[in-house]
Amino acid sequence: MNTTITENAVAVRNVYKNYGDVEALRDLSLDFPKGQLTSLLGPSGCGKTTLLKIIAGLLPANSGEVLVNGQPVSGPGPDRAFVFQDFALMPWASTIRNVAFGLELRGVAKSEREAVAEKYIAAVGLKGFENSYPHELSGGMRQRVGLARALSVNAEVLLMDEPFSAVDEQTRRKFQEDLLGLVQNENKTFLFVTHSIEEAVYVSDQVAILLPRPSRVSEIIRPQGFRNKDVDSIRRDPEYLDLVDKIWASLRSYVE
Amino acid sequence: MKIFGYQLPNMSSLILWGLLWETVGQLELTFFLPPLSAIFATLLEIGGTPAFLKALRETAEAFAIGTTAAIVIGVPVGILMGKSRLIDELLLPWVNIFLSAPLTALVPVLMVLFGFGITAIVITTALFAIWIIVLNARAGVMQINPSLVEMAHSFGASRFDAFTKIYFWAALPEILGGVRIGFIRAVKGVIIGQLLISVVGFGSLFEIYASNFLMKHFWAVLLVLFSLSFLIAEFLAWLERKVEYYAASRQ
Ligand SMILES: Nc1ncnc2c1ncn2[C@@H]1O[C@H](COP(=O)(O)OP(=O)(O)OP(=O)(O)O)[C@@H](O)[C@H]1O
Ligand SMILES: [Mg+2]
Repeated sequence: MNTTITENAVAVRNVYKNYGDVEALRDLSLDFPKGQLTSLLGPSGCGKTTLLKIIAGLLPANSGEVLVNGQPVSGPGPDRAFVFQDFALMPWASTIRNVAFGLELRGVAKSEREAVAEKYIAAVGLKGFENSYPHELSGGMRQRVGLARALSVNAEVLLMDEPFSAVDEQTRRKFQEDLLGLVQNENKTFLFVTHSIEEAVYVSDQVAILLPRPSRVSEIIRPQGFRNKDVDSIRRDPEYLDLVDKIWASLRSYVE
Repeated sequence: MKIFGYQLPNMSSLILWGLLWETVGQLELTFFLPPLSAIFATLLEIGGTPAFLKALRETAEAFAIGTTAAIVIGVPVGILMGKSRLIDELLLPWVNIFLSAPLTALVPVLMVLFGFGITAIVITTALFAIWIIVLNARAGVMQINPSLVEMAHSFGASRFDAFTKIYFWAALPEILGGVRIGFIRAVKGVIIGQLLISVVGFGSLFEIYASNFLMKHFWAVLLVLFSLSFLIAEFLAWLERKVEYYAASRQ
């Protein structure tokens, strides 16, 4: 696979990150091809969230650089949107205000931003819940609000930190299928952190496996055969099953 | 409260205490405690008089200005303390000292600084209310969900946006709790001010009635004052309950 700079939506170059004495990332480099979904998979505490926040511009790296469309990152920007593990919804705001919040911060007029928000609320399947408050929604519905908020700012890169880990298994499967649809239709680049090997193989164009702290990429796996198959048959695909086994074999030694 | 299986309305015990008061008053055991009915009669009598209305207005004015100042200054200062380690370390010792200090002892100093007029009374009122408002706003901000702040930054919020759109609302239940307690303290502040600094408002009525042994009048004004502060506290408690649902959904 020959990837040049222009084909990468995000490029991480020799990034180091310490928290005091704790060395979280050491010399980590990784490319995220445009229009694809890359997942970060690795043992707990290896620095996946740290890497995602550095790319988001929420955390500074100690050294190294992150390029988004070739431009170095120095802080959050409109080209990236974050989906949070704990949803990070404003409890005092209705669904529509939460979804429109990114646009509100950009100074988009109320009627205009609410029109955009309504469109994405419908797209994530929450039509009719525009005026509900987060405490009136289930966990799965709350994460749909978080997703709609990230989509409505129309960023090229979506950063998702274990977005489905706080929802139940059935909802999670539905989310995974919907995510595949999004990757196909939205022409955005997805960075996806997960704990689940099955989930990573199921949704990803490439899976980056991180080693325990100090973390760097140990292996990149690209599923080939089943990406264009029907969502129902992926889980029975021999390549899918082989990849899951293979990743487990390389990660099991790090799990006590 | 339930008696013989009947649900009594809230605060029906007040009726019992009122009856006891009436009885003790009718027995004329002490001049200090006239019957409750006589007090209400006096209240109706003086309630419409210009002197009473003037006193009510003076007290309400000082109270309103003092508490507004306490909120307008106290809430932002508390939020800033919750956000910034440096500001917190600078101010927290002072806030704690003033919170527990006997502020009445400071009133003579205020009289020297600000004279004997309404200014000194307003400042006394604000001084009674502000510290708990600061502390509560600070506590509200300190337990804000950090990913909410990250969310705002990741979508490009300026510092000012974060302040007005996230910190303030996230801390609102605690802020309202602080305002409620602050208002109760401010009632104390305004009366102490009106007794010690310049004898105006309800303070002057208390002064006149007490020194002339007009106990019915004295109690009538006191009842009005108690009811007003009770109503304000209840209103704020109601507001607090209205926003409580989202306090529970923060981790
Ligand atoms: N603010 C912080 N201060 C100090 N150490 C931190 C901080 N944030 C993270 N760390 C440490 O850095 C390491 C990487 O943390 P990070 O949250 O990025 O891991 P992760 O891969 O996302 O873990 P998980 O899979 O459990 O979410 C961990 O060992 C963690 O203890
Ligand atoms: Mg994490």
